Amino acid sequence: MRIGFFLREAVRATRRSAAPSFAALATVLVTMLVLGVFIPIVQATNGAANSVRSRVLVDVYMKSSATAADEARVRRELLAVSHVKSVEFVSKQQAYAQQSKIDPQAYQLLGSNPLPDTFHVIPDSPGNVLAVRSALTPKGPSGQPGVIDPAIGSVSNKKNDTRKILEVTNLVTITAAALTVLLTLASILLIANTIRLSLYARRREVEVMKLVGATDWFIRWPFVIEGIVVGAAGALLAIAVLGIAKVALLDPLAHSWTLIAAPQTIPFSALVAILMFAGVLVSALGSGLSLRRFLRV
Amino acid sequence: MATSFTSRDRTRRRAPVAPVAHPRQPVRDPADGRRVIDFRGVSKLYSGDVGLDQATFSVDRGEFVFLVGSTGSGKSTVMRLLIKELEPTSGTIRVAGHDLGEITRRRVPFYRRNVGVVFQDFKLLPNRTVHDNVAYALQVTGGSRKDIRAKVPDILRLTGLSTKLHNYPDQLSGGEQQRVSIARAFVNHPPLLLADEPTGNLDPETSIDIMRLLYRINRTGTTVLVATHDQAMVDKMRRRVLELSRGRIVRDEAAGLYTRDETTRDLARRLRAPSTRPPGV
Repeated sequence: MRIGFFLREAVRATRRSAAPSFAALATVLVTMLVLGVFIPIVQATNGAANSVRSRVLVDVYMKSSATAADEARVRRELLAVSHVKSVEFVSKQQAYAQQSKIDPQAYQLLGSNPLPDTFHVIPDSPGNVLAVRSALTPKGPSGQPGVIDPAIGSVSNKKNDTRKILEVTNLVTITAAALTVLLTLASILLIANTIRLSLYARRREVEVMKLVGATDWFIRWPFVIEGIVVGAAGALLAIAVLGIAKVALLDPLAHSWTLIAAPQTIPFSALVAILMFAGVLVSALGSGLSLRRFLRV
Repeated sequence: MATSFTSRDRTRRRAPVAPVAHPRQPVRDPADGRRVIDFRGVSKLYSGDVGLDQATFSVDRGEFVFLVGSTGSGKSTVMRLLIKELEPTSGTIRVAGHDLGEITRRRVPFYRRNVGVVFQDFKLLPNRTVHDNVAYALQVTGGSRKDIRAKVPDILRLTGLSTKLHNYPDQLSGGEQQRVSIARAFVNHPPLLLADEPTGNLDPETSIDIMRLLYRINRTGTTVLVATHDQAMVDKMRRRVLELSRGRIVRDEAAGLYTRDETTRDLARRLRAPSTRPPGV
């Protein structure tokens, strides 16, 4: 009975004061649209940055004379080095197959396989790559960097590249995070303000309810339900627009532009869930909390 | 139920007026149970300005009392204190035995359900019909649909609004809106009805109708306190009058002929008759 009453009250309020409700709905719609576009962009950017960072690793090239026993020993030694997360072995044959796929003509000309057996040493975090590298190339008695095992031919030296990659990707990630925080904040404030305005138009009504002896929650529930309905409607409309845009614009492009198709991009269903949840939560909370100051009668 | 204690009350009536300056014993006195409103040394300051200054008075169950005074004399302050919209700066207010100072913020809504309030500007909910405005007062108390179906048509018939059930407030005249407001205030049959300038926005003929309605409610045993500056109406009604001036109670008297058992029809006839006494008594 109570829930039914509150629902009917909410519907009545939405119908009888359509203009403020519509304003709130439009605000939710626009904000959710912006968020819906922005979240995948941030995700794709972060994904791209991360995939670049994941390529930051130390390559250990074996001598061409290395045997299987050498390989097993070197693998153990590499894993014992601090900050090493994992080690990935690429044999000569595998490397040749990979490379010749990329540039078949060049490798056909080459005839034989010039590639050594290689260990990709992956650090536990990209920031530690330089530490791992210096651990693998300890200074010998002559002051020249040596190797930790006689079976190792050389260790890749991409110090400058690595540093640049780390700096740039860090910047990208931080910027994206900052933008996300700002945009989320702006969305919440915008929606809360619109709701506050629509409540302000009805503050007299709230005052009368209080004078008749309604408890705070008796007055508040219909407003919260109205917030949920308006938030859900706005979010649904935004999702519909985004869905159409995805099918009509993005999906055809995804074949030719890898950034959009990046596997790190948020799946559409998760995006829908986030938008729906955010829209409903923000407008319901906004309604409930903004009402507080008008309830002090 | 309201009518049952009216008859008992009538037989037990005592002299209605206590002198203003009369010192009261701090201990419980036997009249407590009969007192609906009891102000003791109540002051209210608005950031330095005096709203009410050491007001002490009481109103017994079943009384019909006018609260008069010019603008800013403290009438509205008394009303707002009574519905606990304001807190007194000092002094105690008791309503039907409850000390208002002891009612927590959380309990205020439940207290307000026992006090019907009628305002000069009606304060109806603009997006509800007449029926729904009155029903809202029942809904806040958790009244069931059955309850609403039983009580609302009754009260609307009493107030003469049966034909306006489905109209919205902006489709009604001022007098009709005030009737809706009274219906809403009375639908819970509160023991106390407050009316703050109920006729302030109405023409004389409509005012008489509204006063007649308030008197009819009073006859069911409800205590009625009316704040007004309509001096002529007060003189004609011949009820107890409390006069405020700059926050002080300067007069408390039962006007000469206290004809309590007058019918509402007689009252209306008397109100419509030309004034027989000079105004300002």
